[in-house]
Amino acid sequence: MNRIIKYVLLDIIKNRLVLGYALILALVSWSLFNLEDNSAKGVLSLTNIVLLIVPLVSIIFSTIYIYNASEFIELLVSQPLKRPQIWMGFFAGLTLALMLAFLIGVGLPLLIYADGGIALILLITGLIITGIFVALAMLVAVLARDKARGIGLSIMVWLFFALIFDGLMLLLLFQFSDYPIEKTMIGLTSLSPIDLARILILLRLDVSALMGFTGALFKEFFGSETGEWVALMLMVLWILIPFWISLNRFKVKDL
Amino acid sequence: MRYSFFWFLVLFCFHVHADTLQVGRGKKYSSIKSALEVAHNGDTVMVFPGDYREGNIIIKKAIVLTGINRPLLDGLKKSEVLSIKSDSVTVKGFRVVRSNFSTLEDPAAIKVYDSNYVVIEDNILEDNFFGIYIQYGRHCAIKNNVIKAYGKDEQMIGNGIHCWKSDSLLIIGNNVSGHRDGIYFEFVTNSLIWRNVSHFNIRYGLHFMFSNNDAYISNVFKNNGSGVAVMFTKHVRMFNNHFMENWGDASYGLLLKEISDCHILGNKFTKNTAAIYLEGVSRAEISRCTFEENGWGMQIQASCMDNHIFDNDFIRNTFDVSTNGDLVLNSFYENYWDKYEGYDLNKDKTGDIPYHPLSLFSMIAESNASAMLMYRSFVVMLMDRTEKIMPSITPDNFVDNQPRMKRVNL
Amino acid sequence: MIEISGLQKSFGKLQVLHDINLELKSSSCIALIGPNGCGKTTLIKSILGMVIPQNGDIKISGKSIIYQHKYRELIGYMPQIGRYPGNLSIGQLIKMVRDLRPARNEYDEELIDAFRLSDIIDKKMSTLSGGTTQKVSAVLAFLFDPPILILDEPTAGLDPVSSEALKVKISKEVEKGKLVVITSHILSELDDLVTSIIFMNEGRIAFNKTVSELLQDTQEEKISRAIVTILTNQQQV
Repeated sequence: MNRIIKYVLLDIIKNRLVLGYALILALVSWSLFNLEDNSAKGVLSLTNIVLLIVPLVSIIFSTIYIYNASEFIELLVSQPLKRPQIWMGFFAGLTLALMLAFLIGVGLPLLIYADGGIALILLITGLIITGIFVALAMLVAVLARDKARGIGLSIMVWLFFALIFDGLMLLLLFQFSDYPIEKTMIGLTSLSPIDLARILILLRLDVSALMGFTGALFKEFFGSETGEWVALMLMVLWILIPFWISLNRFKVKDL
Repeated sequence: MRYSFFWFLVLFCFHVHADTLQVGRGKKYSSIKSALEVAHNGDTVMVFPGDYREGNIIIKKAIVLTGINRPLLDGLKKSEVLSIKSDSVTVKGFRVVRSNFSTLEDPAAIKVYDSNYVVIEDNILEDNFFGIYIQYGRHCAIKNNVIKAYGKDEQMIGNGIHCWKSDSLLIIGNNVSGHRDGIYFEFVTNSLIWRNVSHFNIRYGLHFMFSNNDAYISNVFKNNGSGVAVMFTKHVRMFNNHFMENWGDASYGLLLKEISDCHILGNKFTKNTAAIYLEGVSRAEISRCTFEENGWGMQIQASCMDNHIFDNDFIRNTFDVSTNGDLVLNSFYENYWDKYEGYDLNKDKTGDIPYHPLSLFSMIAESNASAMLMYRSFVVMLMDRTEKIMPSITPDNFVDNQPRMKRVNL
Repeated sequence: MIEISGLQKSFGKLQVLHDINLELKSSSCIALIGPNGCGKTTLIKSILGMVIPQNGDIKISGKSIIYQHKYRELIGYMPQIGRYPGNLSIGQLIKMVRDLRPARNEYDEELIDAFRLSDIIDKKMSTLSGGTTQKVSAVLAFLFDPPILILDEPTAGLDPVSSEALKVKISKEVEKGKLVVITSHILSELDDLVTSIIFMNEGRIAFNKTVSELLQDTQEEKISRAIVTILTNQQQV
């Protein structure tokens, strides 16, 4: 598998898109921190990048990459290699490449300009989000046979988690504002990886406001160290489950 | 003037006749009480190291009670420890612990009854019901004491420094923690609270009611149950205090209720759930304050009027201000708002377009607290943006017409 | 060498392979022929494990290969249209495939010389013509000296010289005792290589005969003629 990762990585690094992604991230981050004399504003903008741009780029790029690599995958499948190894190799290669781009683009300026706690959580969530959306992309690619539909589906997945899901949550919140739905809401957020990441960041960024949240349930659940770990573990599950499904599909896929 | 010479003489006499009575193992007096019995006004009772479990020690003479190397006065949870019932008493250098618990009598480690010119200085008070209690005291000073308790429940513990119906007090340099209220003022006038640290108290760091013409300056209020409350009061000056980490539901850095003509200058509010909550406040001046990393910078209720809020810095707050109505009778001007996105083409250091500090979502979160769960999501961001461009719900006269481009206080 | 029994495969509603039973022995060069869409490629891909059959079994050297991967060490595969990662040069591609398979002491690089690929070894795969890509595919198939060679339309895009070189190589390998399976529809090219012929039609095996049997049965002298004869006969029946 290591050899597969190596070749996937080599291939992606030669791909100018990932390089461009890293460059644009770096450009945006550096200018955000340099233009504002207040690093908090930069952090806020980076939060939006982590929650919106990183998932979008990760899922679209990975979907396209998997479709474009169909010949490479065929070549590998005809070699004496285990299919799960090939699929994992692609996943690891893609994730590593995109994570690396994220680390270079966002990580460096974050570590330099932002303060420790928030920088760390932005980095960790950014990295996990990258993994999640690569996994989702691979699921999409293994489910939809042709490229156009696959890309369409990827965009839908992104749109759902970035916008539609939250819209529905907000709607629910207003509809049932007279009922004690906090617990349900907390449960529901785990259905969206972007929301999980957002809440983790929120806990660092807006901890003062969250402390005042009536019921304090929310803080009680996510605010404690265990809560944070639970949220992180849930996010990791969001990598593992889609990837595991895609892996099982790939094992029996006809190429 | 007529009496000044007489007073001088009186003082002179005291000085001349002052004795020093030594208490301790191997000293002339083995107990404090026995020394007090024979002491005269103006004497010094010097207490040497040791544990003194003498029940309630009552001082009825104008003496100086001073501890050498911090002797221990222990109430054994059975009685009040030191009761001061004379003017001009000084208590200095003790460790006073374990007063009894009684909600009827409010026993304290050191309690001053109807006495003036009392000085309580440099003591360590631990695990008492009330720490220092002054009732009907005038010109008393409480300086550099450390007052600690381990209260868990509001009902089971008294206040650190409790002042009632007093005047001209000086509360300086004390460190209070673990009590119900760190410092409590009720019907106290013309007093100064200066350079105290009040932290980890169960209810308020400072509780202030019906106390006019006081000032509290350069204190630190940190991590108290619900911050600092100033209520039903006039002419209070609050300068250069630091309110920090007062976290929780219904927890405020500073709670202002039904007060008027107050000056709140140069304070720093850091990491409070709500930095200042104002209800029924009128003619207050809030200026040169820094609001940093609070949940809400200012929750200003519609019942407030004629307040002037200017030259403040609002930085990294989740919401800078919020309100509960669309009536705006206060003026905001020349503040620095880090969320301001305007420009300054004429270089006069104030932004050319007005700033509306109210965000739609702060209004939503005000009425529906669980909505906080959705904060900073893309949808909410879009909603806020739309509201900024076309205000429909937030009152459009809630505005700072001269937002600053640079911070005021650095 | 390869035993196929009761093999069935359908893509959705389309049944591509109906109950295929075959036995392919070593030291033979088998032509797998048939019209487009008859299931040749699917059959080959099943053997390679790229397509997973619904029913039936494929055994190589007596062991079932379904969901296995190690047996592919025994197979060299030359796809019909070789598609490779465009970023790699020929040399890098060869090196990579070498890297991915178990290491060997010796690599069969005869075809690299025969196709004169050394001169363009640094060219990117994406810039190569179809013919050159075919050559690279052939090189990769033979590189590991595998006992089974599966060549899908090997000569389709090759120039006559290279085509000839490949044929020489194939017959040499057959003589060494290998099993070579070739799919093709250009019959005449196969004449002098092939030892037996499998003809597939609509997912079934129409016939499976050695060349000598075929010629004898049909009284023809050329394979292509013989096939046409047999097909017309079948249709009449």
